[in-house]
Amino acid sequence: MMAALRTPRGLATALILVLLAVLPFLTQALDQRYLLSIGTKIVIWSIAAVSLNMILGYGGLVSFGHAVFFGIGGYAVGILSAHGMSSGWIQWPVALLAATLWAALVGALSLRTRGLYFLMTTLAFAQLVYYVGGGLEAYGADDGLNISRSRFPGLIDLRDKASFYWLCFALLCGTLWFCSRFANSRFGYVIRGAKSNELRMTALGFPVFRYRLAAFTISGAFGGLAGILLANEGAYISPAMMSWVKSGDLIVIVVLGGMGTLFGPLYGTIAFFVLEESLPPLLDLGRKGWGEYWQIVFGPMLVLIALYAKGGIDSLFGRRS
Amino acid sequence: MTAPLLSTDRLVKRYGGLVATDTVSIEVMPGEIHALIGPNGAGKTTLVGQLTGNVTPDSGTIRFAGQDVTRLKTHARVRLGLARSFQITSVLREFTALENVALAVQAHAGHSFRFLRDARSDESLRGPARARLDEVGLGSRAGTLASALSHGEQRQLEISMALAGDPKLLLLDEPMAGMGVEESQRMIGFLRGLKGRRAMLLIEHDMDAVFQLADRITVLVYGRAIASGTPAEIRADAAVRQAYLGDEVA
Repeated sequence: MMAALRTPRGLATALILVLLAVLPFLTQALDQRYLLSIGTKIVIWSIAAVSLNMILGYGGLVSFGHAVFFGIGGYAVGILSAHGMSSGWIQWPVALLAATLWAALVGALSLRTRGLYFLMTTLAFAQLVYYVGGGLEAYGADDGLNISRSRFPGLIDLRDKASFYWLCFALLCGTLWFCSRFANSRFGYVIRGAKSNELRMTALGFPVFRYRLAAFTISGAFGGLAGILLANEGAYISPAMMSWVKSGDLIVIVVLGGMGTLFGPLYGTIAFFVLEESLPPLLDLGRKGWGEYWQIVFGPMLVLIALYAKGGIDSLFGRRS
Repeated sequence: MTAPLLSTDRLVKRYGGLVATDTVSIEVMPGEIHALIGPNGAGKTTLVGQLTGNVTPDSGTIRFAGQDVTRLKTHARVRLGLARSFQITSVLREFTALENVALAVQAHAGHSFRFLRDARSDESLRGPARARLDEVGLGSRAGTLASALSHGEQRQLEISMALAGDPKLLLLDEPMAGMGVEESQRMIGFLRGLKGRRAMLLIEHDMDAVFQLADRITVLVYGRAIASGTPAEIRADAAVRQAYLGDEVA
């Protein structure tokens, strides 16, 4: 543990985690409430990115529909809330169950395909849910729906921004902890081995499909958790939270941060949000109105990282031991 | 008479008009080394594919360890004790030699739906894996990435992985392919050391190796098994000499 702090990677990670842990104090001291809201989004998206990394990074399975779990987690909370069931003790298990079951179904069908076909199948299933969400007139259709936040009476008040942030942060830590155990467990070795050489793993006697399905399902469950939090963060649900653009953003984040590394998705999310927030005002300094086109700068940056920093931000800290 | 460990009964596989496997019936007895030889295009790879479960035969049956496995999936056949090495070296390149064999051990250590315990410090995997590596002479290379091993070492690693599950039958697809003379001799010596303890089906181009190792040989030409017998019988078989061996043993 202490030895890890002596490497640049360990030090940077520790700094980021400490900074995230005390963020509500910082934003209060600086009187920047808006920053806490961005911080909350970063933490929630990090959970989703870590969950995508479990199959994309460790498993080599490029799922292009991961944002659907934002939607399923979010809509489960939102729909129950719209019907007066505001208890988190009911909402959250139902939402997690829904995300898990959907992941198992999509995985069972899409994992029979490979490569680009897998990508297209996961995208198609995500689009299906997206359009269903847009057609739910009772729940705001395309406009979305304002919801009340989940209630955990006597335990925590999610309307309190700092409390909610810390809850999200604690859940991120839990997700990271699970991912760190998962990666080097027997299960993780099977998933990583199948990425390296599927034929070999089958010839060794591993029913690869079953393990991938389990990984896909677990990944979807954590994605659903992120969706629950996202709905509570804005007290709002809409189909936009599960559009294919968000799925693309999640892939970008994982690749940007470093696929198949524990903290890569966290670095990626921070970089993504920091650039998204800072590039427009920076460009506006050049000339008013340029900020709108911040993606013209962001795009080439991603291309450069894809070309020259194969391991993403994580690789900037040097080779892993 | 003991029952054969592996047997095929009138196996047929067609690709369009081409009959890649033409009513092939072969038997591998427990503990014997059975070599499968034949010129390029004789259908060796297709036959191996059907034995491992990668290719589905059009007709005929495959029995292994007293059970019909014709429709069984690859991983299920491996569970029954059928291990293989590949014609083109197939190891997990991003993993160390030790991790490769540890995964092979893990494949036979019950299910792997274990998410929390660190497999790197799991002696029930790493211990046997180290022993297997020592057995093939790769003990000192345990911590080396498989991609950094020499070609010959990768082949040894593959055999080591195949042996990790204590298989009843080793299916070796050209284990000497691409090896130098010295490496080949070492591999032949190693395989001879396993003789009698494990049955092997050896697909090999290297005739020296085949005649040194095999108890019985089956010759495949254009998808048909044209002869089957002891090395001496095969050497003497006129049809085989004409079809395949040519001047090599003349």
